[in-house]
Amino acid sequence: MRRTGPLVVAFIMGFAMIFQYFIPHPLSQKFYEIMVQQWLIIISIFLYLFGLRSFTLYHYHKVRRKKEGWYFSLIALLAALITVIIGFGTRRGPLFDKIYDYILAPLQATMFSLLAFFIASAAYRAFRARNLEATLLLVTATIVMLGRVPFGAFMWHKLPDVVEWILKYPNMAAQRGILIGVGLGMIATSMKIILGIERSYLGGE
Amino acid sequence: MWEKLLRLDRRWIFVLVALSVLIPLLRPLGLPMRTTEPVLNLYTYIDTLKPHDKAVILVTDFDPSTMPELLPMAEAIMRHCFARKIPLILYGGMYPTFVGMAKMALSRVLPDFPDVKYGEDYVFLGYIPGTSLIILSMGESISKTFGNDYYGNKLDSLPLMQRVKNYDQVALVIDLSGSGTPVWWIIYGYQRYGVRVGCGTTAVSAAQYYPYLQTGQFVGMLGGLKGAAEYETLIERAGIPPGRKTASIGMDAQSIVHLMLIFLIILGNIGYFIVRRKR
Repeated sequence: MRRTGPLVVAFIMGFAMIFQYFIPHPLSQKFYEIMVQQWLIIISIFLYLFGLRSFTLYHYHKVRRKKEGWYFSLIALLAALITVIIGFGTRRGPLFDKIYDYILAPLQATMFSLLAFFIASAAYRAFRARNLEATLLLVTATIVMLGRVPFGAFMWHKLPDVVEWILKYPNMAAQRGILIGVGLGMIATSMKIILGIERSYLGGE
Repeated sequence: MWEKLLRLDRRWIFVLVALSVLIPLLRPLGLPMRTTEPVLNLYTYIDTLKPHDKAVILVTDFDPSTMPELLPMAEAIMRHCFARKIPLILYGGMYPTFVGMAKMALSRVLPDFPDVKYGEDYVFLGYIPGTSLIILSMGESISKTFGNDYYGNKLDSLPLMQRVKNYDQVALVIDLSGSGTPVWWIIYGYQRYGVRVGCGTTAVSAAQYYPYLQTGQFVGMLGGLKGAAEYETLIERAGIPPGRKTASIGMDAQSIVHLMLIFLIILGNIGYFIVRRKR
């Protein structure tokens, strides 16, 4: 029953949502409104509770068993706890905003900014014209990098047009091929889940 | 000598990157900015909307990690809407950390528009869980989906939201995002409810959205810092206060860093071929 129940729910709700999309009956519309505006949002809220539980248990066990890097887990737990207390305690007041503006924002921005340094170092060491494909990639990347900055237009006024052509035609053709493949894959996977063929989302096996 | 150069300590490269960013920021070059078609399309679409008529929903689907590229876009679009008296619904995004970005952009833009009134000219929607479901739910009723605005006011009590019930009264949704969320707006907003969608994205993600531009599913797109800088230039030309023009200043730094990267790549390849031939 533990496995059959979710499979039945997925089957019924999956087909109900497909049918309601193609049947514009008021009853179908009402069903859609209730599903989208109430049920699904409520379920999403519960997902946060599960997330919080997993986060707490994972770090708690790491700290308790003194696993490698346990002190980072302790910091994560304390940071989460303090933020929650301040958020609820001050009703999202100025102190809560300060945590965002002066702690979270600089930390995230710093982490992401470091990428520029590592990309430069990696490009110098690894971006090599070893074969035809790598050479094509290298030449295209160089043209796009130059054409996407004002200096490119300063060097040759037609360069931004060349870049726009690369993005609008060869790039778009490749992207569209990928998108069609992804779309077909999504339809196939969704049908397998609805029909109970794909069961890995239930966990266990 | 080349072998030594190929094994160059990466800290030297880090120093070069730092200098390439810092120097143009301190001494801007003022390189001219050329407008590209996707940016111009989005600008023209907003610019031709009727004042005090249908609203624009601006979604800040990004957090501080992509702030340098996307926050200037949010500010420039906000300035454009406020100057043209186009009702603006600012939606703080689909994840909790995104709301702060909307608030930050608002705090930078509002001082330049003292006549803009909250509840009449713009409304600020906070965060509620549900990610893509929120897009569907807004198509039925924005007030029912959110209930209250960011500040806790009942949405139904705000004059703007009494007029804007769902996407029928929305001219355009602009999703500024560092992830794949703009596609959600096409799937659930445009395809299901017919609301027009535009997007602003990081430079690294821009290439993946060209198929949607070609089909017209996106009205236009701001790609990376360059897209933001182009929009700043466009609003400035139209006589709208552009603020600090952070994107345009940043473009000089980006120009130099790109040049430096290309130089390093060429140098690395020359060294690679010379060393390979010797072996």
